[in-house]
Amino acid sequence: MNVAATAPQGFLSPTGVEIAFVLVGLVTLGAAVVTVTTRQLVHAALWLVVALGGLAVEYLLLTAEFIAWVQVLIYVGSIVVLLLFGLMLTRAPIGRSPDADSGNRPVAVAVALAAAAALVWVVVDAFRTQWIDLDQPQGTTDVTGSILFRHWVLPFEALSVLLLAALVGAIVLSRRNATRGTGSPDAGSPDAGSPDAGSRGTGPRGTGSRGADDKEQR
Amino acid sequence: MHLAYPAVLAVLLFCVGLYGVLARRNAILVLMSVELMLNAVNLNLVAFDVWLRDSLHAGQALTLFTIAIAAAEIGIGLAIVLAVYRNRGTSAVDDLRDTAERPGDDTGSGDGNGPDDASGPGGATADEPARTDASQKAEATA
Repeated sequence: MNVAATAPQGFLSPTGVEIAFVLVGLVTLGAAVVTVTTRQLVHAALWLVVALGGLAVEYLLLTAEFIAWVQVLIYVGSIVVLLLFGLMLTRAPIGRSPDADSGNRPVAVAVALAAAAALVWVVVDAFRTQWIDLDQPQGTTDVTGSILFRHWVLPFEALSVLLLAALVGAIVLSRRNATRGTGSPDAGSPDAGSPDAGSRGTGPRGTGSRGADDKEQR
Repeated sequence: MHLAYPAVLAVLLFCVGLYGVLARRNAILVLMSVELMLNAVNLNLVAFDVWLRDSLHAGQALTLFTIAIAAAEIGIGLAIVLAVYRNRGTSAVDDLRDTAERPGDDTGSGDGNGPDDASGPGGATADEPARTDASQKAEATA
């Protein structure tokens, strides 16, 4: 607000940081578009890595370095791996799948374009004259750790409880219900299928707990 | 740096994620699109935090919390998708129409739950026949 309104920058003389931000932003946006439009499901997850890594570079350019490394660790390291595990466990087809998009694709295009037009117009109109002053870094690990454990320690602890609840919930959801097989007419086949399903259930559970533990240690 | 650059990038990423959520058929691709939307919000939070120079750095703290909640969300979401796949043999979100109201359908979907549960392990072990069977069943009831 008061920082920047007097800065003598202009659109026609972009700084090096701005040029880098726009270029990385184009790569990120292109990767995101490919992620939501490709027909090969595994390629969508791999393009998501490009998009999330590009966002980490944007955080670095905005001098929020701790957020950038957390983004790399959590998103690229654990969430994309979880998504790939999910794709493999649901036997997603390798190669082009013709039914990746549902029938309401034109409606989705219309809604997304309308939202993009409205939001871009509003945002550009609102922040046309505002500048970010990047001369001193705002998100070093020192600063982030200090504010996180000095001012935000109670939400941080509540968040660890939430992660524990999510972990327990994921285990309960992916665990086979033993009482359901007795009620069905052919009680033998669920028992025969249970070791397979049990071993398949341990994949996301194990990686999920590892990702949660990473963040608990953080 | 002009503030419009990160703000516009966040808006465009959010709309790309919005398109993905609305248009994708596989539930895991829908989860990926939700991740894109959450990341757009994170970029906004970081950009405005750096712009405002908040002494509490609320934007960056909230970004960390959003990342943690996204990790929890993706774990729960994948557990739900796997449970649905195990029971129904499909992970396409528009095949799951059991709670949809159809004209002229008086028998509720509660009757259909028994056979679906019985065919669950078949869907888990033999992929293609059970999958086509489940999708045909879903289309027959649709």
